[in-house]
Amino acid sequence: MPSFDAIVIGGGTNGLACAARLAMKGCRVTLLEAGEVAGGGAGMREFAPGYFAPSLAHTTRGVDARVMAGMGLDRHGPEFHPALPTTVLGADPLSVLRGKTTGPDAEAFATLMTKLGEFARVLAPFRGLTPPRLTSAGNEWGKLARLGLGIRALGKADFREFLRMILINVADVAEDELTDDRLKGLLAFDATLGAWLGPRSPNSLILLLNQLAIGPDTLLPMGGMGALAAAMAKAAVAAGVTLRCNAAVARVLVEGDRAVGVELVSGETLKADRVISAISPRTTFQKLVGPRHLDAGFFTRTSHIRSRGGAAKLHLALAGLPAVPDPKARMVIAPSVTAVEDAFNPVKYGEVPVAPVLEFILPSAHETGLAPEGHHVLSAIVQFAPHAPKAGLAAARAAMLENTLAVLEAQVPGLRRLVAQAELLMPQDIEARFGMVGGNWHHGELAVEQMLFLRPLREVAQYGTPLPGLYLAGAGSHPGGGINGAAGWNAAGKVLNG
Amino acid sequence: MARGGHQAGRGAGRGAGHYDAIVAGAGHNGLSAACYLARAGLRTLVLERSDRVGGAAVSRELHPGWTYSNCSYVCSLLRPEVIRDLDLPRHGLQVIPYEGGASFTRDGAYFAYHADPNARVREIARLSPRDVEGYERFHHAVMRQCRFIRPLLLRTPPDPASLRPRDLAELLFLLRRFNDLGPREASETLRFWTVSIGDFLDEHFESPLLKAHLAGSGIIGTGLGVYSPGTAYVLLHHYMGEVDGAIGSWGFARGGMGAVSAALAGALREAGGEVRTGAAVERFLVAGDRVSGVALDTGEELHAPVVASGMDARRTFLDLVDPRHLPGDFLDGVRRFKIRGSSGKLNMALDAVPRFPAAPADAPFLSGDLHASESLAELARAYDDWKDGRWSAEPYFDLLIPSRIDPTMAPPGKHMMSVFVQYAPYDLARDGVRSAGNWDDAARDAFRDTVLDKIETVCPGLRRLIVHAEVRSPADLEREVGLTEGNIFQGELTFDQLLFNRPVPGYAQYRSPIRGLWMCGSSTHPGGGVMGAPGRNAAAEVLREAKLPNRMSDAYAVL
Repeated sequence: MPSFDAIVIGGGTNGLACAARLAMKGCRVTLLEAGEVAGGGAGMREFAPGYFAPSLAHTTRGVDARVMAGMGLDRHGPEFHPALPTTVLGADPLSVLRGKTTGPDAEAFATLMTKLGEFARVLAPFRGLTPPRLTSAGNEWGKLARLGLGIRALGKADFREFLRMILINVADVAEDELTDDRLKGLLAFDATLGAWLGPRSPNSLILLLNQLAIGPDTLLPMGGMGALAAAMAKAAVAAGVTLRCNAAVARVLVEGDRAVGVELVSGETLKADRVISAISPRTTFQKLVGPRHLDAGFFTRTSHIRSRGGAAKLHLALAGLPAVPDPKARMVIAPSVTAVEDAFNPVKYGEVPVAPVLEFILPSAHETGLAPEGHHVLSAIVQFAPHAPKAGLAAARAAMLENTLAVLEAQVPGLRRLVAQAELLMPQDIEARFGMVGGNWHHGELAVEQMLFLRPLREVAQYGTPLPGLYLAGAGSHPGGGINGAAGWNAAGKVLNG
Repeated sequence: MARGGHQAGRGAGRGAGHYDAIVAGAGHNGLSAACYLARAGLRTLVLERSDRVGGAAVSRELHPGWTYSNCSYVCSLLRPEVIRDLDLPRHGLQVIPYEGGASFTRDGAYFAYHADPNARVREIARLSPRDVEGYERFHHAVMRQCRFIRPLLLRTPPDPASLRPRDLAELLFLLRRFNDLGPREASETLRFWTVSIGDFLDEHFESPLLKAHLAGSGIIGTGLGVYSPGTAYVLLHHYMGEVDGAIGSWGFARGGMGAVSAALAGALREAGGEVRTGAAVERFLVAGDRVSGVALDTGEELHAPVVASGMDARRTFLDLVDPRHLPGDFLDGVRRFKIRGSSGKLNMALDAVPRFPAAPADAPFLSGDLHASESLAELARAYDDWKDGRWSAEPYFDLLIPSRIDPTMAPPGKHMMSVFVQYAPYDLARDGVRSAGNWDDAARDAFRDTVLDKIETVCPGLRRLIVHAEVRSPADLEREVGLTEGNIFQGELTFDQLLFNRPVPGYAQYRSPIRGLWMCGSSTHPGGGVMGAPGRNAAAEVLREAKLPNRMSDAYAVL
């Protein structure tokens, strides 16, 4: 039975999952959250008087099954609404659920999604793994061999397809396999959601596979994303975690080349045998640890962890129900692959796209109490937004809002008249509010060159760091973010097993 | 396949029109493959549609007195093993290394990439002192990757889905090589192969001009932008060559790139092989499940048990083979093989030496590759234009004046200028319609003017020197040389089309589904560039199957 003190920095999904797992194993865990409530990207916020919207994440593809079971969320957590279908908006809207749809490409789409689902299935177990080291020692070879054989067991033809497609760009897949622009656009949009890549960029399909590996469906907890975060926090506290909010960490204390605790912004110091950072790895090393205690080369490389956020978050307070085919669906506006690519192009130059692509839900169509009677709340993820706007933040935000509303109005006529209040969070706003460097919600781009044993950097891919006693447990570590908890859970396992 | 008699009689007894091996296409890979086959004793015939050998490695006198390397224009990738095996210098190949290069800016500044490493470091320090250290790291990283990849170029990729001992052994070889790198290098290698050149350079350098100068190699010939993942690998593809052992160096083939082809053709003749020009293959003949020869557009049929195509995969299998001989999944694979035309070219005869006012007169680097792109953003925008079906408004160019060091290219005092332009789309957009047919004279002229305008910003007065200019769009390259969509690599160099995926998974070992019909062009591993590797590798496979000795020197890593 391990019995040591641990401090977990950051009360997001991963911090909660990590703290809870450690506490359940008998550790005395203090979880430090800078904000007023735990939950990180999963929370609710009153963005306008009487209107509540998911503060960042508005849906999930599912919480890691080990976290669900381990924290008792499957028993005490919120129920989930039935999986949200996706409505692709356009002149002729299309509804999609689990690869099923109508239209001329229905069959091809189902075939493609089945194939991608198979690839995702054999990749899914990797998410629960401490990334292997690229050496012959210290790996769980038996487990790795089984996973490798699992991929080979796809069969000869599918195995070859897997190897061909694993690093392919999603645009080619869409063009090769589909003819319906609505579905091509949807595929391109989904693959690049939360990424700093256009659909024509190689290595973009694997991002979709990763999402499918989490789960095939778009899920919404009953009571909203905040209910999920609250349930996780409650479970963590029940497991014995001491949760302290409004406790921002200023630095990690190092004594004798070992992390021994933290100093809060308030000046208070807390000591512990283990310090586990579930916040951005870049911030962890650059700000909380600093160059004094790290190898110079490694320290420099932590500043190179790429963390460009490409998504903006839009919240609209609406004075009525907008004219959409299915208010309970996830709605996507991404008319074609080219539209998604064109929306990405300008962010390379710090500019705002003329016609952004986006997904939105109406949380108020699922829950009561989020808006005044008869009113509604719209929550959208809008891509792509520049993380370093050339025109300055305020001007870029205004342009982004205007362009987004124009795109929405074109597909949902009359929407603009309903808008009582609007809030748009640019990547820089997301960084300021949630501490995500560059506004990237994975705390570091989820891209092949920053995945698995390269996430966030080779030296720290197994959750441990060069500084003894300090660990990483956030979305910046394998397997990335997405209100899932896998990274935190994996990290806790690593901390427990030394 | 090894019919009795070819050692002794060289196809004797079968008469005219019968050969041991026929190679379709006298590009450098077709010629390389043919050389090795002929050297092994096979009676070998190379068929070429045009009236000259060389494919995209040619020297042409399009204006009296001037020689243009009008497609490929510089030499580095040609495998030293091929040069040595076929004794190409004795057949007239002489590669003259050129001295560095430079990138100029609109406002009269420049970065010179000096051939002398000390001068280069001083030059980098002039732009940004911090970039000196970054360059050291960059240079070593790229060289390490070169060392890793070079021996793989002359090996047949393993089929990871196969359990044959040979494939397993080859896979093991690759894994062992990878493991030998050690954990640090291994992770750096994986990163390098998947990262974008823009991100890679951003990690190493501050100076936008330096980054722009180095980034060019990551996009030349591809339908990718500087921020497309995988472009660091494309850069490697341009760094892994050498001139006489100087890794990463580039040079001019004396007399133009046609000298490479002429030397190969000379080696072929010496080995007893034949070349027939003006002989266009119209169809690969198939009898039962195997190839029996080729039919020319004249109706003439030529027969051989071994037929190799140096043409790209799409052209070979979609245009020249009756689809009923091919399995559907293979055809699907060929159809989705991405061959994107992305570059154009200007070849110009000049009345005098062009002046670059920013540079000291007669600076040695003016004999190297010259550019006028100032930042990664400029290059990225150039790519965005191409995606939309336009040539880049601010194109990247790789400009060389070979006549500065090779006097055979132009009359005394005159010069020849070769300008490779990235990007130019194959299916040019006009009035909302994208079609190669839009590349008419007006489009070509407008394209030329865009490029000349850009060059004139750093080389004023160039237009006045032009005696003759040839403008080549991707559509021209397709029409004249037969490269589908005018793609210089016979297929994009992305992971889904590299190694065992090139050109079609399961068919990456130079064999096609039709027995006896082989692929030996750049659509196969290790891809494009005037390398000769696909040709040699294909010949090795043919000879291996025929159980004939191949007389090839082992691949070596050097460095």
